[in-house]
Amino acid sequence: MPLLNQQIEEENDYSLTASLDNVRNLSTILKAIHFREHATCFATKNGIKVTVENAKCVQANAFIQAGIFQEFKVQEEPVTFRINLTVLLDCLSIFGSSPMPGILTALRMCYQGYGYPLMLFLEEGGVVTVCKINTQEPEETLDFDFCSTNVINKIILQSEGLREAFSELDMTSEVLQITMSPDKPYFRLSTFGNAGSSHLDYPKDSDLMESFNCTQTQVNRYKISLLKPSTKALVLSCKVSIRTDNRGFLSLQYMIRNEDGQICFVEYYCCPDEVPESES
Amino acid sequence: MKFRAKIVDAACLNHFTRVSNMIAKLAKTCTLRISPRHLNFILSDKVASGGVSMWCELEQENFFNEFQMEGVSAENNAIYLELTSENLSRALKTAQNARALKIKLTNKHFPCLTVSIELLSVSSSSRIVTHDIPIKVIPRKLWKDLQEPTVPDCDVSIYLPVLKTMKSVVERMKNISNHLIIEANRNGDLNLKIESELVCVTTHFKDLGNPPFASENASQDRNPARMAEVHVDIRKFLQFLSGQQVNPTKAICNIVRNKVVHFDLLHEDVSLQYFIPALS
Repeated sequence: MPLLNQQIEEENDYSLTASLDNVRNLSTILKAIHFREHATCFATKNGIKVTVENAKCVQANAFIQAGIFQEFKVQEEPVTFRINLTVLLDCLSIFGSSPMPGILTALRMCYQGYGYPLMLFLEEGGVVTVCKINTQEPEETLDFDFCSTNVINKIILQSEGLREAFSELDMTSEVLQITMSPDKPYFRLSTFGNAGSSHLDYPKDSDLMESFNCTQTQVNRYKISLLKPSTKALVLSCKVSIRTDNRGFLSLQYMIRNEDGQICFVEYYCCPDEVPESES
Repeated sequence: MKFRAKIVDAACLNHFTRVSNMIAKLAKTCTLRISPRHLNFILSDKVASGGVSMWCELEQENFFNEFQMEGVSAENNAIYLELTSENLSRALKTAQNARALKIKLTNKHFPCLTVSIELLSVSSSSRIVTHDIPIKVIPRKLWKDLQEPTVPDCDVSIYLPVLKTMKSVVERMKNISNHLIIEANRNGDLNLKIESELVCVTTHFKDLGNPPFASENASQDRNPARMAEVHVDIRKFLQFLSGQQVNPTKAICNIVRNKVVHFDLLHEDVSLQYFIPALS
């Protein structure tokens, strides 16, 4: 394919080049954080981190480690740019999002550096699509300063245990209240909607509970509108880690297995809706 | 004016149903032209509403076991009717597994195309479902706007790639832009392009081949690699692609630079010509 060869010759000019045999290994992960139009990308030798934020209260990060790609090169790190995620996803799925079995779309991605567009070369069955997506000035992303040493409570659940709960959240409730405690009710999700309150408890010895490390009772509220988008990641994931720190900040880490059996992570941070009340 | 026709063969009936479904996807209202040898579904949009035109031709012998018609006069032995294409395809939905289908021109308080379907039933008595589709008879003086379009001298004529691939590409492109550039040359290359402030996307199809007769056309220039391009409304093109449920036996795209793109499709014994004018 002359188009691709030409690109390879000029490879040294690029600050980022990556190729992937199955574009869905990238697009699926990016869909999991697609709740805002724009995303900031950071590439280092270890891989790409794509960040999406909303209302200065929630941040989603998708990590696509270098090992997912068949080839991954970064010249001078970190490579940072902002991009329209909606457009990027449309480009990545240009040959359709539900392909026929056995047919893969290959991707080659190049970025020359600050001010240049992100170039995508997609190939399926001999048809090549070239996309030139303009990049934007990278924006400062939030630092949630979520440090594992400050984590008070931590639960690892099998995602199926949370999937139904999240997809049926009472959206008339403004907040989702999460209770984590070493004592009963251990792990409780509560909503307070027009039709009344609802509480969903997970016993600590449930089969769905992979690990349970709660040291102190914490009751925190999070804006439901901010947490709802994480359902996209939840649906794709096999396990989820739920952590809260001493300030009541919430971290949701989703473990996602791609079509080739490799593991990727998507992480959501959310700040509490109000200063945590004294335990009631 | 008289028209009555009958299909008893199951394969013909299915084929006729498929054609009418395709027409319903391509045009909301259309003209049905009935002549001794052919049935035509015609669309000829006003320039204001997009200027798309369509000419679909069926040889009546290949479909109907009985076919009787008498046009408005001996020298103008044809009938032109206007109908809502969905009404016909909806009527034919009941015709799956039918024993026979009869279509006739009737006047029940208002002019109708009466479709009666004889269905098999468990008992020996057969059931008949009748649909009266309201129509408008088009007077003779308006026929001149509904003649078979002449195929313009094109700059490039090329075989189309698999329509399904094209459709998924164009569906994504539609999310980004309203404008599509279709370009092709006489080396068998066809490109679909969109350009917006955010992104440029080009899909390259190669080695499609050019129909032989086209190369003799005097209006074509010497250089076979030179692209002939036409800008069209992406929704019109997508509508055309969405109408094609079955891959045609033959599909040709003719481009008249900056004027019109003409698609010539052959589904077994049904031919479809579809014209999308260039955007200025």
